[in-house]
Amino acid sequence: MAVVLAAFTVFFVLPVLWLVLAATKTDHQLVHGNPLSFGSWHALKANWQALTAFQDNAILLWLRNSAIYAGISLVITLCVAVPAGYALAMTEFRGRRALLVATLIVMLMPNATLVVPLFLELNAVHLIGTMWSIILPYSFYPFGVYLTYIYFTTAVPRDLLAAARIDGCSEFGVFRHIALPLASPVVALVGFFSFVANWTNYFLPYVMLPESDQMPVQVGVGTLLSSVPSFNPTVGSLAIERPQLALATLVAITPVLVVFLFSQRFLVAGMLAGATKE
Amino acid sequence: MTATHSPVASVRRRPQGARRQGRAGAAFVAAYLVLLIAFGVVPTAYAVYFAFSNAQGAFTGFDNFVTTMRDFRFVPALGHVGLYLLFWLVSLVVIVVGLALLLHRLASDGAGKALRFLFYIPGALAGAASVLVWLFILDPTVSPVSSLLSGLGYDTFGQVIAPGHLPLLFTIIAFWTGAGGWIVVIYGALNNIPKDVMEAARIDGAGAWQTAWRVQIPMLRKWIVYMVILAFAGGAQLFVEPQLLSLASVGVAGRDYSLNQLSYDFAFQMNNINGAAAVSVELLIVSLSAAALFVARSGFFDAE
Repeated sequence: MAVVLAAFTVFFVLPVLWLVLAATKTDHQLVHGNPLSFGSWHALKANWQALTAFQDNAILLWLRNSAIYAGISLVITLCVAVPAGYALAMTEFRGRRALLVATLIVMLMPNATLVVPLFLELNAVHLIGTMWSIILPYSFYPFGVYLTYIYFTTAVPRDLLAAARIDGCSEFGVFRHIALPLASPVVALVGFFSFVANWTNYFLPYVMLPESDQMPVQVGVGTLLSSVPSFNPTVGSLAIERPQLALATLVAITPVLVVFLFSQRFLVAGMLAGATKE
Repeated sequence: MTATHSPVASVRRRPQGARRQGRAGAAFVAAYLVLLIAFGVVPTAYAVYFAFSNAQGAFTGFDNFVTTMRDFRFVPALGHVGLYLLFWLVSLVVIVVGLALLLHRLASDGAGKALRFLFYIPGALAGAASVLVWLFILDPTVSPVSSLLSGLGYDTFGQVIAPGHLPLLFTIIAFWTGAGGWIVVIYGALNNIPKDVMEAARIDGAGAWQTAWRVQIPMLRKWIVYMVILAFAGGAQLFVEPQLLSLASVGVAGRDYSLNQLSYDFAFQMNNINGAAAVSVELLIVSLSAAALFVARSGFFDAE
């Protein structure tokens, strides 16, 4: 058991460790040095300076854009997806099954195909080039609706809600005072995955927001990648080296890791222990 | 737990309550319904419309489907994706569920928490970033595991990424980024199994293995079905791994390795949005058929 866990730990961690170390090296050290050696603080500092110098602090602007886009859509997603998943799981209403099926179909559609129709649709309402052209599509998060739906059908007994109704609770009251507190692990789960999905999305903002000062950090890192001479020999004086690209990747993923650490407690809490005795 | 209450019976006894519930349920989904139509149903319907028409917007029946299926790259791409899906689904179900169960047994001593975090980290490197990292890991000249690679007899990048290895390599890359998130989901679901159920299993003399097999895994059923449906659809859409590998390998993995790449090629290289949509609709139909099979056999849509 310990051996299996250790092996998988190495598998998951080693490439990340390599990436962290790569950011501390010069390009020469990266190719010729020991792959798992530490470069130097000096090289790390130089890499950071070269990275921020690119388009005059563009990386910081991209990070700010990502935070705005992912943050606003996170709030909308939670307000929309959690009540929807709850209603699908715990109440009977006309069209419930049709809604579940439609959600599943939409989720299975290849994303790359939906980008062109989305572009045409948003263009028709003059939202292309504005931040709403990605915030609104991000806010639609069927994956989260299903997470909530499965959570309620598997983890929350309906008897609990029925008891509250008999005690005179309104339907909204049942949701607000009984279901929502019990749902905090899944609210955290939906919030976390929605944030990560939006933060790491590349294709949609790539199509919708062509200006460099509107880009989120993922698209920005893509721009950096095409400015690395070893991947794209045509770049001129604005060149970025591979260790700086590694550093940019690390900077881009750090917010996700921080949010994960912060929300981990909520993600896995066994909130339901003792909610019912049957 | 599911056998002890019967919501259907109580709804029948109180038709007025059921009506009230129905109205409330509809109100709770209203906002979601708006977003679903605007950003799900309309774009999907638009894509289906593309698939059945030509560039001038005239209805062409199944012409786009026939054209794309007759494309010489279609059948090989189908084969590649099929083999990859097999590796990807088996590894995901077996290893993710296995690791989640192992971590769950460790949970008390904090090591479980630390490992969960470590296993999740690659999940933050979604998309292009993960492939970029693996391009280095798989290249014996810079790889931190170059001794392992040369031990297996591979000394150049070209040997490592030989065409026969690709389904396995893509599985490893996708697993590396994707497994951590699912481990978090399954682990959370394990936490929601009531303590007294686990207690009862222990009192009945079930060991760790029997508890997992007869109690925990059956109670995870819906989560596993959901994971398989999405992993199937996601795997069928294999794109970014072969696409980036083809850039870095000078053509070992062609730009037409997977069906989704073929679709992308139709749309953005050959300027044939309609053909691209047809390939996507084919992928959708395959994924839907698989999903329907799982849904029907698992009671996935039942509000228990």
